[in-house]
Amino acid sequence: MSDTALRSATISVLVENESGVLARVIGLFSGRGYNIDNLTVAPVEQDGSKSRITLVTSGTAMVIEQIKAQLDRLVPVYKVLDLSDGPHLARELALIKVLGTGEKRAEALRLADAFRARVIDATTESFTFELTGATDKLDAFLELMRPLGLAEVSRTGVAAIARGTKTIT
Amino acid sequence: MDGMIAAPELMNSGAEAVLRALKAQDVDVIFGYPGGAVLPLYDALFQQTEIKHILVRHEQAAVHAAEGYARSTGKVGVVLVTSGPGATNAVTGLVDALMDSIPLVCLSGQVPTHLIGNDAFQEADTTGITRPATKHNYLVKKSDDLVRVMHEAFLVARTGRPGPVLVDLPKDILIAPAPYREPGNAPHRSYNPRTEPDPRRIEEAVAMLKRAERPVIYAGGGVINAGPEATRLLTEFTRLTGFPITNTLMGLGAFPASDPLFVGMLGMHGTYEANLAMHGCDVMLNIGARFDDRVTGRLNAFSPNSKKIHADIDPASINKSVMVDVAIIGDALAVLKALIAAWKKDSTQPNRAALAQWWGQIDVWRAKDSLRYTQPRDPGSIIKPQYAIEQLYKATRGRETFITTEVGQHQMWAAQYFKFEKPNRWMTSGGLGTMGYGLPAAMGAQVAHPDALVIDIAGEASILMNIQEMGTLAQYRLPVKVFILNNQYMGMVRQWQELLHGSRYSNSYSEALPDFVKLAESFHAVGLRAEKVEDLDRVIAEMLAVDKPVIADIWVDQKENVFPMIPSGAAHNEMLLGPEHKGASGPAVTNEGMALV
Ligand SMILES: Cc1cc2nc3c(=O)[nH]c(=O)nc-3n(C[C@H](O)[C@H](O)[C@H](O)COP(=O)(O)OP(=O)(O)OC[C@H]3O[C@@H](n4cnc5c(N)ncnc54)[C@H](O)[C@@H]3O)c2cc1C
Ligand SMILES: Cc1ncc(C[n+]2csc(CCOP(=O)(O)OP(=O)(O)O)c2C)c(N)n1
Ligand SMILES: [Mg+2]
Repeated sequence: MSDTALRSATISVLVENESGVLARVIGLFSGRGYNIDNLTVAPVEQDGSKSRITLVTSGTAMVIEQIKAQLDRLVPVYKVLDLSDGPHLARELALIKVLGTGEKRAEALRLADAFRARVIDATTESFTFELTGATDKLDAFLELMRPLGLAEVSRTGVAAIARGTKTIT
Repeated sequence: MDGMIAAPELMNSGAEAVLRALKAQDVDVIFGYPGGAVLPLYDALFQQTEIKHILVRHEQAAVHAAEGYARSTGKVGVVLVTSGPGATNAVTGLVDALMDSIPLVCLSGQVPTHLIGNDAFQEADTTGITRPATKHNYLVKKSDDLVRVMHEAFLVARTGRPGPVLVDLPKDILIAPAPYREPGNAPHRSYNPRTEPDPRRIEEAVAMLKRAERPVIYAGGGVINAGPEATRLLTEFTRLTGFPITNTLMGLGAFPASDPLFVGMLGMHGTYEANLAMHGCDVMLNIGARFDDRVTGRLNAFSPNSKKIHADIDPASINKSVMVDVAIIGDALAVLKALIAAWKKDSTQPNRAALAQWWGQIDVWRAKDSLRYTQPRDPGSIIKPQYAIEQLYKATRGRETFITTEVGQHQMWAAQYFKFEKPNRWMTSGGLGTMGYGLPAAMGAQVAHPDALVIDIAGEASILMNIQEMGTLAQYRLPVKVFILNNQYMGMVRQWQELLHGSRYSNSYSEALPDFVKLAESFHAVGLRAEKVEDLDRVIAEMLAVDKPVIADIWVDQKENVFPMIPSGAAHNEMLLGPEHKGASGPAVTNEGMALV
């Protein structure tokens, strides 16, 4: 791979769940000019003491190594895991509102069925779908909904985990 | 471990708990400036004698003073400022310490917790503002956390890659009683910097070094961070190998400058031989240096034919701008120990013939004498700044001397012409390049070493940035010497304007300067002036003889430039040499020429 080729990386960061920790991570990205394509964060320990941040970023191999090293040196960071190093699962959830009547409305429902999107709210002029999947699946579904009255989207961002027995801890 | 932790002792106030934690952390002096939010701490300070407080005249200076204290002792420097403007004034110093890896703890006052976020009087979002200015920072919101945070701040500042840590202390937390615990030695939950190198990497490095034909050691500030024992081992290892060694600006003193293996500083204003050795080497060993852009020059032309080994405590320093072949993560002390042991154990004989040939080449470069200049001696001649530094160096040899600088040409001449034999004697703002650093840093070094000679080599523009600290020197009888190379220009700016902007000297003339002699006197110090070459030695002698703060105003050649110079964006073999080397400027050596070495 050449020095300038860009790649995407999905990075999980296990952090102390304290105030300001997300600002430290985001500040690192803005301050050093790294890309954040996607970011999610939520507590993952029962006592709420640790949170897991999942970041999707892109850059040259050298920049991605830098990003990991920079994240790892933050004091409240326990562990940085580059999931792109191996097989992993990545999912996000989207709530999608489609407005329309007649044939378009019916077509939207048929496609939703094919994508296994769930209808979680409906009126005679609208559907709200819930769809879970990889980012590209969500993107594909949204593309299909566009001509059918796509009105609003709310996405969670990516949650990711390694396949098999490998864990972050 | 857990079972041994004693029950906490309740202190009457958070302020008392803070002071007790400082004492437990072996703090004997803090640099600060009072204000409403920190009055409880000042009150507690008043009622004890173990910790000395130095009252500065500006919070920026408190931070630089703590840096000078830290760099000259290897200890953590401590700063105390009030909320709002006190904290914002400290920011430049914090960034300076961050860039140069200086261990500091800065305590800042904050409005009481219930007012945070209310735009209260003298409220600033100090942790927000200083997040990118510190290695780490804390806002203490609960009395129960106070002492743990204090101890942790020192741990973070001092270990791993050192740096500044800020602890923001709301006033109600300083007033309310707080539990006190001694620092434990349980490992931190999430922060555990690696210090011991991987033995396999050490073996790879030694195998590479043993086979080197044109090696060079490039050592930086990290070796000084690792302590005097690390610099001693650096010297031992270098002598064991017989390899040439160069130091960065931050690394000066890590290896004795008088040793023939030392080829001088490298980088933008480094020596001809150091830069060409870096350019032409086949194996480079970087210990505790960070491939700064003032060192590498144009990256794609940086040391193009070498295998590179990089030992650094911070994984983020490795492969940041220069890709290396062997990465060793660890403390420089542990790395050097391991390198010495592995070098002795590996039975491969180094290639002495090739090394001798390499030294032959280096001696040819050295013979060029790239720091040569001419000082006219006839009475009435104007003083060359390089000569002023050389004479100062000669006059102070044999004395325990600490040098700080401001930023500009004088800083570079000090780096080039003052020779450092030991670590922790040279304090300069390298990464941030903060004008106004030198005087307060000298103050801090003098506080730590009351009997030593401490000199701030200054420029007439920089010195005005923290000149108010002359008052602090007088108050605490700190006999710091300020040695101003007065060229009546922001010389470094003027030099770039001359070389890169068609000699259009936009706003770089030092207009309306004060009379530095009178200025010194008004601050209860001694003022001296050297206008001509014949005045110089006498002024230096008088300055050194006085046991009081002194400002020596040394009038130097206004048009002198710093050489050698690698213009930004150029490569090491495209160095500009001074007027003494007419015809030798421009690309000094071709790549083909280098390959012949
Ligand atoms: C006007 C001006 C001109 C300049 N010109 C030059 C020049 O010509 N040449 C030059 O060299 N510089 C020059 N500089 C300074 C330059 O900007 C950098 O500050 C300097 O080169 C950095 O030095 P360093 O690489 O030793 O790193 P430092 O900033 O000292 O960093 C230390 C490195 O060591 C690591 N480290 C820290 N502690 C340890 C430890 N215990 N063990 C192992 N590793 C550790 C750190 O992680 C870091 O990577 C100039 C500055 C100014 C203001
Ligand atoms: C706080 C700050 N502002 C601006 C600069 C940019 N700068 C670098 S050197 C310099 C001139 C310094 O002049 P002087 O102190 O007289 O030193 P000289 O170069 O003449 O030796 C300036 C303005 C800086 N380094 N720091
Ligand atoms: Mg000047």
